[in-house]
Amino acid sequence: MTLDWRRIGLAVAAPTAALAFALLVTALVLVSTGDPVWSTAQVVWDYGTQPRVIALTFNQGTVYYLSALAVAIGFRMNLFNIGVDGQYRLAAFCAAVVGSKLDLPKPLMILIIIATAMLVGAMWAGIAALLKATRGVSEVISTIMLNLIATSLVAYLLRKAAVDVAGSNNIGTKPISERGALPGIPLIPDSPLDVYGFILVAAFAGVVYTVALGRTRFGFDLRATGSSESAAVASGVNVKRMVVISLLLSGAVAGLVGMPQLLGGDSRNYSLDFPAGLGFTGIAIALLGRNNAIGMALAALLFSFLDSSAIILDINDISKEIVLIMQGTVVLSVVVVYELVRRYGVAAEQRRVSQELAGATDEPATPAGVGA
Amino acid sequence: MSLLDKPAGDPMKTAGAPHRVNHRFRLPTSGPVRVLLALGALVFMLSVVRVVSGANDITSSGTIGAALALSIPIAMAGLGGLWSERAGVVNIGLEGMMILGTWGAGWAGYQWGPWTGVLVGALFGAVGGLLHAVATVSFGVDHIVSGVAINILGLGVTQFLSVVAFEGVPGAGESQSPPLANIREVSIPGLADPLLTLQKKEWFFVSDLAGVARGLFTGVSLLTVVAILLLVLTYVVLWRTAFGLRLRSCGESPSAAESLGVNVYLMKYAAVVASGAFAGLGGAFLAIVAGNGYREGQTAGRGYIGLAAMIFGNWRPGGLAAGAGLFGFTDSLQLRRGGESVHALLLLLGALLLAVAIYLAVKRKLLPAAISALVGAGALVWYATTDEVPGAFTTMTPYVTTLLVLALAAQRLRMPAADGLKYRKGQGG
Amino acid sequence: MAAPADVAVELHGITKRFPGVVANRDINIVVKRGQVHAIVGENGAGKSTLMKILYGMQRPDGGSITIDGREASFHSPSDAIDAGVGMVHQHFMLADNFTVLENVVLGSEPSRAGMIDFGAARSRIKEISDSYGLEVEPDRLVEDLGVGDRQRVEILKVLYRGAKILILDEPTAVLVPQEVAELFDNLRELKAEGLTVLFISHKLDEVLEVADEITVIRRGTTVKTVEPAGVTARQLAELMVGSELPTPETRESTVTDEVVLQGEGITVRSLDGRALIDDVAFVIHRGEVLGLAGVEGNGQAELVEAIMGMRPVEGGSIHLSGEDLSHWGTRRRREAGIAYIPEDRHRHGLLLDAPLWENRILGHQTQEPNVNGPWIDRAGARRDTQRIVDEYDVRTPGIEVFASSLSGGNQQKLIVGREMSGEPKVLIASHPTRGVDVGAQAAIWDHIRAARRLGLAVLLISADLDELIGLSDSIKVILRGRFVADVDPAHVTPEELGSAMTGAGERTEGSPG
Repeated sequence: MTLDWRRIGLAVAAPTAALAFALLVTALVLVSTGDPVWSTAQVVWDYGTQPRVIALTFNQGTVYYLSALAVAIGFRMNLFNIGVDGQYRLAAFCAAVVGSKLDLPKPLMILIIIATAMLVGAMWAGIAALLKATRGVSEVISTIMLNLIATSLVAYLLRKAAVDVAGSNNIGTKPISERGALPGIPLIPDSPLDVYGFILVAAFAGVVYTVALGRTRFGFDLRATGSSESAAVASGVNVKRMVVISLLLSGAVAGLVGMPQLLGGDSRNYSLDFPAGLGFTGIAIALLGRNNAIGMALAALLFSFLDSSAIILDINDISKEIVLIMQGTVVLSVVVVYELVRRYGVAAEQRRVSQELAGATDEPATPAGVGA
Repeated sequence: MSLLDKPAGDPMKTAGAPHRVNHRFRLPTSGPVRVLLALGALVFMLSVVRVVSGANDITSSGTIGAALALSIPIAMAGLGGLWSERAGVVNIGLEGMMILGTWGAGWAGYQWGPWTGVLVGALFGAVGGLLHAVATVSFGVDHIVSGVAINILGLGVTQFLSVVAFEGVPGAGESQSPPLANIREVSIPGLADPLLTLQKKEWFFVSDLAGVARGLFTGVSLLTVVAILLLVLTYVVLWRTAFGLRLRSCGESPSAAESLGVNVYLMKYAAVVASGAFAGLGGAFLAIVAGNGYREGQTAGRGYIGLAAMIFGNWRPGGLAAGAGLFGFTDSLQLRRGGESVHALLLLLGALLLAVAIYLAVKRKLLPAAISALVGAGALVWYATTDEVPGAFTTMTPYVTTLLVLALAAQRLRMPAADGLKYRKGQGG
Repeated sequence: MAAPADVAVELHGITKRFPGVVANRDINIVVKRGQVHAIVGENGAGKSTLMKILYGMQRPDGGSITIDGREASFHSPSDAIDAGVGMVHQHFMLADNFTVLENVVLGSEPSRAGMIDFGAARSRIKEISDSYGLEVEPDRLVEDLGVGDRQRVEILKVLYRGAKILILDEPTAVLVPQEVAELFDNLRELKAEGLTVLFISHKLDEVLEVADEITVIRRGTTVKTVEPAGVTARQLAELMVGSELPTPETRESTVTDEVVLQGEGITVRSLDGRALIDDVAFVIHRGEVLGLAGVEGNGQAELVEAIMGMRPVEGGSIHLSGEDLSHWGTRRRREAGIAYIPEDRHRHGLLLDAPLWENRILGHQTQEPNVNGPWIDRAGARRDTQRIVDEYDVRTPGIEVFASSLSGGNQQKLIVGREMSGEPKVLIASHPTRGVDVGAQAAIWDHIRAARRLGLAVLLISADLDELIGLSDSIKVILRGRFVADVDPAHVTPEELGSAMTGAGERTEGSPG
């Protein structure tokens, strides 16, 4: 088991190093703009640990987490679903429209809304999946195009379905009735704000993700394809089918991204100011959390914590955009550090294995992995 | 790429005379001639559409001029993609580099004039490119992952810098630079008025040609001229010089390049930094020529669209220009009575797709033929049953076109063989 | 020892270590000018590493290289090129989407006014091509060229740079016999012009045919330099593997008359419609090893992929114990009991960055003891991996290490152990001992014999003719996608088999099996 500890150590060391580097960069930026580093950190920490803000952090983190999960399903198979952004917006819009037309018992209503969102998300991702499986079109470019198309499509449909939102010049879909509201959970003591009930769904999704990938045949096939497509084919995996299935699943989970807001927010509709860009944040979080359910949960909370600290930075006259720099730096440095750690890990293990075996055998073979 | 070289050419004709992708060393004079012929054919078809549908704006000088201006940032982003991918590095970070370019241009432009803004914009983009090169070439990070990270970082950095640099500057705000002086516009003298007269006659083909010529040759920003020259220059550098051959060899077979003493890392660095500079230049164009200063969110995904234009153009400068032109054209239509114009284009699209379907059917590619026929027929039905296309559909036209092209022609696209692959020194052989 | 003036290359005491392995140890070779000097050795003996050192792609940890009497220190291929050393790689180093001209001039382009001078390049290529009889057309796209043409482009690339010393790394591995003959003609032409050729191979017949001197390398070090006139292929082979030449001999026959795997009229075409496998038929019985002999690239890989369901088959049928499996996917074929030792274990046999026990599951994702319904049975897989490690003597510190950490031989033993699990009926073994050490080789031979004893039907593909003759009950020869001869391994020598493989007369050798 010593070996496992080495691996865990490396796995933890990588994000820690990246985070430290990002903190350093952020501190340097603060210094360069003449802001005090230590007291800024103090202010952010004090603000971020208030019960209400913690609840906010959890709420936003839930959304981020779902988005990261959707991205990670693709990542594990070496597929880049850049299109989570379009998938969740279209899904949330359709779910909002369907929900507003329903009047059913609460559980049924919520289930239908969620199912609609997952279905629409999966269908939108399915376009990219079909293009890849049948025509060999790279999912990177097709999902980007589908994002842009979704933006126009949602704008158009919203104008068709819109009603004025009271008290503003915002437009949105007709609100879903009270029966479609998913109650919050008073998770944080002393917080006036409840945490989205959807956090349970997100946690459940994380468990399903972990179990399905790590413990099932399907998950093994998916990971094998991501690790070596040629070996997966030789082992009997139907790669085209896996591409379609995993993109559909990714899209379905992407459909969930808008649900905490839609079912747990106050307005329960899809309006012009429905949050956008969550899909890209999801990519960042999946990278930071290394596609690991717990890692992504922590990364989502970190991003969300940084987001909420923007408000207090603004109040303290420190430019809140420093948060974006921190987030960007952490992502870029984490991918570099992961790659370095991976190389180091592989080389170290090869060395160790050949050392442990030295004497037991004298093999003149070329070192593994270097051969043609 | 007959389908892509002449987006408006009659596919049946090109089917009769299939030409090979590789015509680099043959028929040196035929390139410009072919382009002119293709352009003529395009104008002719638009002219037919205009007369049939009565959508007079689709070939007006205003539309064409706007199309040109709108296509330049896309073309510059596409050039960025071309440089990078020809050296084997996928650059999805173009969007972030472009954002850096818009900001750099806005920041330097209001202080030291627009041309300095252009340079600084390119420089900012190049810094983004350098970052991408460090991550992908030196550290072997997955190209897509690094690109996504750069997009996030580019957005964050510019928003932060805006607050720091533009606070308290008159005319500026947290999310925009002060207004910038514009770059001079140039025209071929003595053309503007007669062409306008001609265009107003609404004669078949002649008026259309006049409109197109007026749009292309009058009131053009100098930066547009520079950008077009850069397209030509890219072709010359990448396909005619030793440097270009070495750079492209890194995208086709880095191990072959290395075995012949080419410094693969250096070439890749050069290409990706240049790529960033081009994207930054596209951003600068947005800030200085298209807009009136830097504004947050100004790029609106044009980095991605540039990438699409490059793929549409089969990783070649000419094709890329055609792609960027197409995107710019559909973009410009929606500015000028878009609903009607795009509606008219449905007719063209329908006819073209049916022609493609027949071509494919003859070639016994039944599934793509059926898809083309179906979509083509759909477009015609849509044309016949409506009078206007909603604005949102105009917006998505370029993206849908890209998807269609990819779906129908993906097998014929030829990306550099080692594009997107990790490369480590000494791994070859 | 020759007079210094006649010596083109002298390698002295070359040593190269990789983490945990010594690839080259105290190598000494003297190559005379104007000769073809062959370097032979088993796969993994260190030939390729040595040539990479001589070509500046890798730096030696010790020893000296002397070119034309001057000591050389190469930091990159450019240094080697400058010193007149050129290399034709085993895997062609050509950009498919470039023209011949672009491939040739890359890195040393003739320029005029900053532009490549295509005219000058074209005439120079024509000139070289004509003077050495290479028949290379400068303006063709490389992707349109055949294998032999590509190799001539590679040679021309080297000559274009003014190389006087050519290294050819396994140049015949991918060639069909006529192309080999053409290549040898080219080499003689080069020799006549005073060039020196270093010819690396493990095909002894060819070496004996073309070389003036032969140096044998074993386990990373030089064993002996001999002249072809004085040795036989058998003697060379013994030098290559050491004194105890393990003979892969199968004892009494276990062949039954129960048909297990049967193929009829199998035809596979490439994307451009060429027949890669052309109307091929075979029968393998219970307890029979069918050997497939052929020069590499004559359809062996395609046939294996067709049997495994990894490649669409245009015509014909494959039956397993009487059941038609033509329309089954790869997984179903594996479940039905077809085990598969792939030719390229890194690409097709392993997940390199996964632990050994996950590699145990690969290819057996639906079978006991790896799974339990839709669930992966980790404990079961781990237990069984440990069993394989013990039974098949996989040298590893544990089953949690990544597959990439094991040596080639141990990786292969793991694969063999895995594929023999779950009571398979058929074993497809494609170059099972390629790139493994002698110890592992003997072990793998034992396992194949055991498989035969257990009543498996085995299809054995190998470039090692001794292995093929020693293990097989019957041998078929494949040439250009067709079976051209049946050979009885009991009455055939490697030399006879070799000539059958080259299609000499395309007649049946020995008595039909």
